[in-house]
Amino acid sequence: MSSEWPLWEVFIRGQHGLNHRHVGSLHAPDAEMAIRNARDVYTRRNEGVSIWVVKSADITASSPSEKGPLFEPSNSKVYRHPTFFDIPADVGHM
Amino acid sequence: MYAQMVKTDSDRVKSLNEMSAEERAFQDRIDRGEKIEPKEWMPESYRKTLIRQIGQHAHSEIVGQLPEGNWITRAPTLERKAILLAKVQDEAGHGLYLYSAAETLGVSRDELLALLHSGKMKYSSIFNYPTLNWADIGAVGWLVDGAAIMNQVQLQKASYGPYSRAMIRICKEESFHQRQGYDIMMKMAFGSEEQKAMAQDALNRFWYPALMMFGPSDKDSVHSAQSMQWKIKINTNDELRQKFVDQTVPQAKYLGLTIPDENLRWNEEKGGHDFSEPDWEEFFNVIAGNGPCNAERLGARVTAWEEGTWFRDGLMAHAEKHEARRAGRAAA
Repeated sequence: MSSEWPLWEVFIRGQHGLNHRHVGSLHAPDAEMAIRNARDVYTRRNEGVSIWVVKSADITASSPSEKGPLFEPSNSKVYRHPTFFDIPADVGHM
Repeated sequence: MYAQMVKTDSDRVKSLNEMSAEERAFQDRIDRGEKIEPKEWMPESYRKTLIRQIGQHAHSEIVGQLPEGNWITRAPTLERKAILLAKVQDEAGHGLYLYSAAETLGVSRDELLALLHSGKMKYSSIFNYPTLNWADIGAVGWLVDGAAIMNQVQLQKASYGPYSRAMIRICKEESFHQRQGYDIMMKMAFGSEEQKAMAQDALNRFWYPALMMFGPSDKDSVHSAQSMQWKIKINTNDELRQKFVDQTVPQAKYLGLTIPDENLRWNEEKGGHDFSEPDWEEFFNVIAGNGPCNAERLGARVTAWEEGTWFRDGLMAHAEKHEARRAGRAAA
């Protein structure tokens, strides 16, 4: 029978890190084993204090070919980048 | 090199006007130094070559645990034993990173392992040599990991993003390994007469196999040009071998050990050492499966895989049972 263990993506928050960062992936039969293996492989040298694992199959990624339209920041819509408001000098720093 | 003699499906490099528009755009990106990422278009032969190269590299990390693992129970002090254990554990992690990188190219780890076990994929020739005395563990760290770093440092710049990132992570740990190997060599070389003789013997046996790790001479390396054009190889085999010799000679001298090559001498003109080539006939023999330990190494891997089947299946069955139970509870 032998079915292949699913693939998991591993995210770790470093000791002084503010957020979890993707560090790699691994195969494991379930989430608990994935956490244990991630601990051994990715945090043996004080790399982190918190681990998330998620099945790779549960991740949807954007496609590189959509890069243009997907990330177009609409620079023409000036109201999204309101850097032009004049604050009276008397009001002070805002 | 952990990935020697990687075939590329072509024996010459295509010129720009032989390429399709897609291929040309791809080559342009590589020439600009851009990284190629998993979901992006790539020529099929680039994908296949990378699967071979990264897969072979991963297999080398895994098979490479065996010659060193051979001495875990016999390490001479508790400290050395603990260090060796940690090192062998690192190698398992390196294998894991590399299999993950290979999997981004659309092949599964079990598929790669099946190819290794059937002899259709290779691993580095170096691991087909036996570790006969404790000093060999020093020589493996110093020379074998040293040669691996020489190769992997340049691969940090490889064009395929996941491979290049795996190399960055691995190089850091690999340099711990080289230093711990050299530390063993120092202990042995500055120890008793017998210890020094063991260190010399280890160097004698591992010198040429270490030089072979960089792969065949450039003139016999038909696939290098394509790999270099794709930047999945940055330096030629001979360049890296020369660099390795130049770096290693003073280290051997410090130990008071002799490199087993009577032609080894400094060449002022080229600013590097002249040295004897390894025995390439031996190299091709080892690659073909006829080295001293090929059967033993592959046999150990296949046995571990086959005898572990019930365990892998058991964990999977357990995970599925729990998943089903959880789903049942959620539905109720």
